[in-house]
Amino acid sequence: MPDVTVRVNGQEVTVPSGTLVAAAIARAGVQCFRRSVRGEGRGPLCGMGICFECRATVNRVPHVRTCQRVCEPGMEITTDA
Amino acid sequence: MNGQAFDVVIVGAGVVGAACARECSLAAMRVAVVEEQMIGGGATAAGMGHIVVMDDSEPQFALTRYSQLLWRELLPQLPREVEYESCGTIWVAADQEEMQAVASKHAFYRARGVPAEVLDAHQLTQAEPQLRPGLAGGLLVLEDAVLYPPAAATWLLSRARSQGAVLQVGRKVTQITGEGVHLSDGSWIRAGVVVNATGAWAPSLTPGLQVRKRKGHLVITDRYPGFLRHQLVELGYLKSAHSVTADSVAFNVQPRITGQILIGSSRQYGNEDTTVDRQIVRAMLERACAYMPAIGSLNAIRCWTGFRAATPDKLPLIGPSAKRGIHLATGHEGLGITTSLATGRLIADQLLDRPPAIPLEPYLPARAELEVAHA
Repeated sequence: MPDVTVRVNGQEVTVPSGTLVAAAIARAGVQCFRRSVRGEGRGPLCGMGICFECRATVNRVPHVRTCQRVCEPGMEITTDA
Repeated sequence: MNGQAFDVVIVGAGVVGAACARECSLAAMRVAVVEEQMIGGGATAAGMGHIVVMDDSEPQFALTRYSQLLWRELLPQLPREVEYESCGTIWVAADQEEMQAVASKHAFYRARGVPAEVLDAHQLTQAEPQLRPGLAGGLLVLEDAVLYPPAAATWLLSRARSQGAVLQVGRKVTQITGEGVHLSDGSWIRAGVVVNATGAWAPSLTPGLQVRKRKGHLVITDRYPGFLRHQLVELGYLKSAHSVTADSVAFNVQPRITGQILIGSSRQYGNEDTTVDRQIVRAMLERACAYMPAIGSLNAIRCWTGFRAATPDKLPLIGPSAKRGIHLATGHEGLGITTSLATGRLIADQLLDRPPAIPLEPYLPARAELEVAHA
């Protein structure tokens, strides 16, 4: 399988084709995908698009469920700090 | 009123009942509020929560502007959870014909001291970059605002309670008379005056009242801070909102302090079913996307319905009913959050024989149009 390179918070990450965005974020070493309303860290829980915990900004679109999106070449992925 | 438990019993703890309770208790009346369900659980919870001036008619303007100024007076006291935000309203003009409406609206407001600015197409884009290109312009009404209505109702009631008002939640009023209210548990509460503030449900306690349910749908999105800055309403809204027969949808979006976007609006008569109607929601969202295409890419998290209390002449009922000792504070349709404070003040003015700040006659239940409707 060919590899795909995306950027997670500006850092280039190369993953196998077909990798989910959530996995690419994890590969980049990020544990906190987003912050809740009260500022708590959040990350993937259900892995099947139901819990909405793994949301991040993908290509400038906020609140994308990263467990439901496959990496595309050049994708810009941003998590909350 | 000697020997009676209360000077006034208010039935309904929506924002209107809450505002009446606050005004009456500030005037040292002994107040009880009876609410069957929950504080602000009816149209108060279902609506958008705008504080807007309207120019459909002089009485509507007088009431909305008076009430808006009362909200602005309260601003220093409002706690953060009421989420009051002076975001302003932009009435969006799609074409040159609607720009004519912008000009006349502007003249109307300017003549009455309401700060407003005409925006051309470029200024409109600057103000709201997510609007589609090609719109003609708009009118920015600067002192319009939004708030979170259930929190506002709760706060108004807390003010009333701090003045000694008694709140009874979870008790159902089955009958109101000139001497008080009867409850479903067989007990009753004596009072000199009863105020029916039960919104769209008012006719069940005051039979024959010309108040009808007008169903609405709303959608709320996830948090997208900065996506939207002002409340936006299409000028075509005036055409759809004025129709008293057909189902209609209009573009009306509102930024919340959380970054969420509230998307409306719809109007339906003769439908008392609380179910979300997918066709109406679809039409509403298509309308929203026609003005603001990027709305299509946002996540909606909840959709619900509610019932406005609509009167035949589009003005609320504020004052004595045909039965002695029973006052009405209902019929506010889509403007109850805005006009709640003025309603409370005018009810207290009438009960205490104080001179009102604006003429009462247009809102009195005995007005001519409604008498005709009764016949």
